[in-house]
Amino acid sequence: MAPMLEIKNLHATVDGKEVLKGINLAINPGEVHAVMGPNGSGKSTLSYVLAGRNGYDVTQGSIIFNGADLTAMEPEIRAREGIFLAFQYPVEIPGVAGTTFLKTAYNAIRKHRGEKELDAMQFLKLVRAKQADLNMTDDMVRRPVNVGFSGGEKKRYEMLQMAMLEPALAILDETDSGLDIDALKTVADGINALRSPDRAMLMITHYQRLLDYVVPDFVHVLAGGKIVRSGDKSLALDLEKEGYAVLGTEAA
Amino acid sequence: MADVSETETINQATTERYKYGFVTDIESDTAPKGLDESTIRFISAKKDEPEWLLEWRLKAFRMWQALDEEEPTWAKVSYPKIDFQDSYYYSAPKEKPLLESLDDVDPKLLETYTKLGIPLQEQKMLAGVAVDAVFDSVSVATTFKEELSKHGVIFCPISEAVQKHPELVKKYLGSVVPTADNFYATLNSAVFTDGSFVYIPEGVRCPMELSTYFRINAAETGQFERTLIIADKGSYVSYLEGCTAPMRDEHQLHAAVVELIALDDAEIKYSTVQNWYPGDENGKGGIYNFVTKRGACRGKNSKISWTQVETGSAITWKYPSCILQGDNSVGEFYSIAITNNYQQADTGTKMIHMGKNTKSRIISKGISAGHADSTYRGLVKVMPGATGARNFTQCDSLLIGDQCGAHTVPYIEVRNKTAQVEHEATTSKISDEQLLYCRQRGLSEEDATTLIVNGFCRQVLQELPMEFAVEAQKLVGISLEGSVG
Repeated sequence: MAPMLEIKNLHATVDGKEVLKGINLAINPGEVHAVMGPNGSGKSTLSYVLAGRNGYDVTQGSIIFNGADLTAMEPEIRAREGIFLAFQYPVEIPGVAGTTFLKTAYNAIRKHRGEKELDAMQFLKLVRAKQADLNMTDDMVRRPVNVGFSGGEKKRYEMLQMAMLEPALAILDETDSGLDIDALKTVADGINALRSPDRAMLMITHYQRLLDYVVPDFVHVLAGGKIVRSGDKSLALDLEKEGYAVLGTEAA
Repeated sequence: MADVSETETINQATTERYKYGFVTDIESDTAPKGLDESTIRFISAKKDEPEWLLEWRLKAFRMWQALDEEEPTWAKVSYPKIDFQDSYYYSAPKEKPLLESLDDVDPKLLETYTKLGIPLQEQKMLAGVAVDAVFDSVSVATTFKEELSKHGVIFCPISEAVQKHPELVKKYLGSVVPTADNFYATLNSAVFTDGSFVYIPEGVRCPMELSTYFRINAAETGQFERTLIIADKGSYVSYLEGCTAPMRDEHQLHAAVVELIALDDAEIKYSTVQNWYPGDENGKGGIYNFVTKRGACRGKNSKISWTQVETGSAITWKYPSCILQGDNSVGEFYSIAITNNYQQADTGTKMIHMGKNTKSRIISKGISAGHADSTYRGLVKVMPGATGARNFTQCDSLLIGDQCGAHTVPYIEVRNKTAQVEHEATTSKISDEQLLYCRQRGLSEEDATTLIVNGFCRQVLQELPMEFAVEAQKLVGISLEGSVG
């Protein structure tokens, strides 16, 4: 069986400057991959390229998602096809209630899948069930999207969206950053609850800490725009002990 | 590559066509083209008006003539000079239908409302809104009269009020917007054809939202609506006004006058959704909307609140204002102005503080897309006697694309040192991060834009009555479809 996501020799530029320099990565359903690396290694660029952000252009190589060429899709089509990016810095959308935002997204995705859109009552019932798992109150979910949220609240709102939208591939970009230990545990529980044989996850992180709670199947080290080493969870522990410097790479 | 797609989406925005462009074929009874004393006499005779009103009109007309067609030029709008002699000033559906039953109304008119999504019957049953539908210059349908009359509320065409309640009309007509107020108000006073009249008696809370739909239909007929709303002591009324117009190539002038009077402890809430034909994507055609709207908080503790959603018209020139005469009176102005293509809007408000402890609040949201130009122009004036006056003003502008403009022109005049006046202003664009965030969750670029703009307008949208808010949110989407840059 072909992998869910297959990245081959991926080169990408950001505003004309080459940041990814030949990435190869294959992810199967049910697998959790962690991509680690020093600052500036291209971790966030990889997540934005997968999401299809403007200005992040693929110059060489291919990205195949469930058999289709991902690079040919608009960002919203990628999302509807099952790619979810939990942002490192979720943006504020003033005046737009969190529930309205989530319902619009949820129904856009259902419509794409040929499913019936939910009305407000059905939708709220569903949100209530999911928000409880993330220790979120009604008030937090109804407030304008990310406006005035603490770091932990923003990440929990990302996890709520992920739980609602049920993606095939979840990309978690530095989801652990800015979280205290309690918030980290809550968020990790949220991630673990979504692990399933049908779903794959790509966790992008600078630190090993999140991996104590969400144990990956594979760990990759990104440096200088390339994957310089791959292994299992023990690789992350080695890195934690020795630091990225031991990799002896150009960007380290 | 990104630039190309941006240009394309902006082009799409500029080709978004007016969705309500159609013309209903109803026989008109039209005054000859042009404007002189005989036109005024024709209108007055058609309406079977009393002598005093004819005199009032003629006085206004002579005043207007003395202005020598010198239109005001201070607004930031540009358009070719209007030839006032090249227009019709009276046009009415020929056969006046009976008002008792909708069956008697011209089916074509009903069809028109259906196209607009405003079926009268459905509104009667579902919304509980009394509708006084102004079609061209004559009111043709009035509903819910019995329910309103039980409470002593008068809600009728102003031409009917002239016949049945002359003492009220005589007392209040022109008392807020004097005949000599401005060029277009003077013109309106001379040639106004119809409009709504509302009187809420002392202590009555109007049992339903009052609603009027305006529609411009006959070609080249200037529309001169005249609306007068009086809320007697301790009363409350919420009045809704919504407009759409059929597609036309030539410019059409609309110069309405709306006067509101709130006596002691009375409150008037006046909401507008304006969606007249804005012209095509090259700036051809569209309505000139030169309107004078003003309310007088004459009594103590009175309150007047204007809420407007302005998405239509080629040119909008409109400053719904409050004169805060009564002590502790409150004036509010909530505005959303969306301009696209070559639309121009110069809109805002005037808050004139005269009484003690008067308060005013101004929330203005301007959205410009395409080649449009949008200006907020507002005056906050605190008179010497207005001890303890307070004002808060917030003007936010949102730009979509890089061909449009937004301007804020606040005038503040304070003559009492106890006054507190605050002014906040921001200008922003929809950020790439916001668009990416929404699209990454499955929203199309258009839906994302609509959502973000609706969020930007939320403070104003939430002031609208529920059924209007839904309509207005849809209108925001329609007005901006594809306009992402």
